[in-house]
Amino acid sequence: MKGNEAIAEAALRAGANNYFCYPITPQTEVAEYLARRMPEVGGVFLQGESELAVANMLFGAASTGKRCFTTSSSPGISLMQEAISYMAGAQLPCVIVNIMRGGPGLGGILPAQSDYYQAVKGGGHGDYRLPVLAPSSIQEAVDLTMLAFHIADKYRNPAMVVGDGMIGQMMEAVEFPEKYIEPPLPPKDWAATGAKGRDPHIIKSLFLDPVALEKNSQVLHEKYEQMKRDEVRFENYSVSPENEALIVAYGTMARICQTAIDELGSEGISAGLLRPITLFPFPEKQIYDEASKKNIKAVLVVEMSMAQMFEDVERAVVGKKPVHFFGRTGGIVPTPEEVMSAVRRSLGAESGAKRPRKKS
Amino acid sequence: MSETPDTTFKRPESLRDTVTHYCPGCTHGVIHRLVAEALDDLGVRENTVGVAPVGCSVLCYNYFKTDFLESPHGRAPALATGFKRLRPDMIVFTYQGDGDLASIGMAEIVHAANRGEKFTTIFVNNAIYGMTGGQMAPTTLPGQITTTCPAGRDVTQCGYPIRVSELLSTLATPAFIQRVSVHSPQHIILAKRAIRRAFEYQLAGRCFSLVEVLSTCPTNWGVTPSDALKWLEQNLMRYFPLGVFKTPDKPKEQR
Repeated sequence: MKGNEAIAEAALRAGANNYFCYPITPQTEVAEYLARRMPEVGGVFLQGESELAVANMLFGAASTGKRCFTTSSSPGISLMQEAISYMAGAQLPCVIVNIMRGGPGLGGILPAQSDYYQAVKGGGHGDYRLPVLAPSSIQEAVDLTMLAFHIADKYRNPAMVVGDGMIGQMMEAVEFPEKYIEPPLPPKDWAATGAKGRDPHIIKSLFLDPVALEKNSQVLHEKYEQMKRDEVRFENYSVSPENEALIVAYGTMARICQTAIDELGSEGISAGLLRPITLFPFPEKQIYDEASKKNIKAVLVVEMSMAQMFEDVERAVVGKKPVHFFGRTGGIVPTPEEVMSAVRRSLGAESGAKRPRKKS
Repeated sequence: MSETPDTTFKRPESLRDTVTHYCPGCTHGVIHRLVAEALDDLGVRENTVGVAPVGCSVLCYNYFKTDFLESPHGRAPALATGFKRLRPDMIVFTYQGDGDLASIGMAEIVHAANRGEKFTTIFVNNAIYGMTGGQMAPTTLPGQITTTCPAGRDVTQCGYPIRVSELLSTLATPAFIQRVSVHSPQHIILAKRAIRRAFEYQLAGRCFSLVEVLSTCPTNWGVTPSDALKWLEQNLMRYFPLGVFKTPDKPKEQR
């Protein structure tokens, strides 16, 4: 199944049959798939006039307490930041999928990971975070899309799934669960359903009283702290005490790094991979633990962007080991050979973190 | 506001018993009451969700006794669209000022109207930004003085005020669009009828409905409340004529 279509179907299987969209490459297949599929499941499909409107439609839709989502790509996600900030402030659950393309600006339409900061560090205004899930295969795109709805409901917060253009466009075999069973969730007793026999529900992010606004920020902050405790997800590849180098990469980039690690092994260089699956909350403790191991001489961050996750890895390693960066951007995907030579360079480096550089 | 057994003019069920933050002489209070009376008349309060704008009426959820969403500036029609599509069984209305609807939210209102979304918009037009302290609005009259056009609105630089009801009436999609005023008791009665009719079309699942209400802003117009009512009649009403601009009714159904 094509990634974009698998994501669309996964959302439906998670009970999210309310979808709002605006066309943008390279994720338009999600909208096209759902335009056909939604009438079959009796859900809501609506193409809005802009991503600005679409994200605000999501705000209205999420207020009903029903599961709803949108998909877009980088420039479209920028336009959605207004409503995302408002929904975080008003504690509304929904899912936003970003099939990332190269930026800044109109950039290009080829795969990239350059929206890392936007996804992980806020994007919109105010003290809020999004749980961010980053699949590296189509099967994982299915699993994480379904999980995103659960996390969004659990924390009453928008959740984001980020894939690069390859996740959207590539085809792989996928399996959907026969019967999707989720752990129990709290009732959505906050939703706007009509003030019948109860006081009105006001869904808002406006708190003119500074004490009330600070209280709201504290409530949000506590949720993000809980996510840090309970929602960190990551995967190791070829991690062993013999590793001299630790690679940190996410999404499809991590798969290329796996090939590089296998090849390096035949050269006698032992490298392991730690792949963050949640970009927020970030597996910083796990990265610290791996990087602290005695044999590790260097940590290498590989991205399809210009040293964005690099900063979080550097922060996680807290100077224990040198942290190096290798990345390509503009839609150019690093090859295993390029990653291999970046690992060799990292191991040859003396000490101290090297600032971002494209090539040596 | 306390009620006794002898009270004949009662607070609508759809309004809360509270003091508003509106300036003396502002007609938001009157318009709130008309909306609340319409909801009461139709018996839909418990099945209604309102969408508040950004502007003076941002806090209107403190006064209505219905569920409410607080929208980003101008996006109320997008929120209403998302909500109503998922809950077509509920009554949904947006309450928006001229800066909110006719400036930053122009795209959202035009497309919601054009899709024929089955919600009701109460568009309060007082030709100025109230909450931020009296700046030029898209509906500010030619020559009208505001803090951002201290020499009066210059139409060669800022264009002419936008007649929203007329503009939306050009769309082919069926809709109910009427402009009313609240500067006199007689006009308030007509405004009430228009608002009620707008909700009736929604209740029947007929069409998008919008009532533009000409309103006052004594504070930022720099006049007394009673002079504001006169100013509305003598200036706003000349540029923004009252009337029904569009109905979804076939000619024989016309009222």
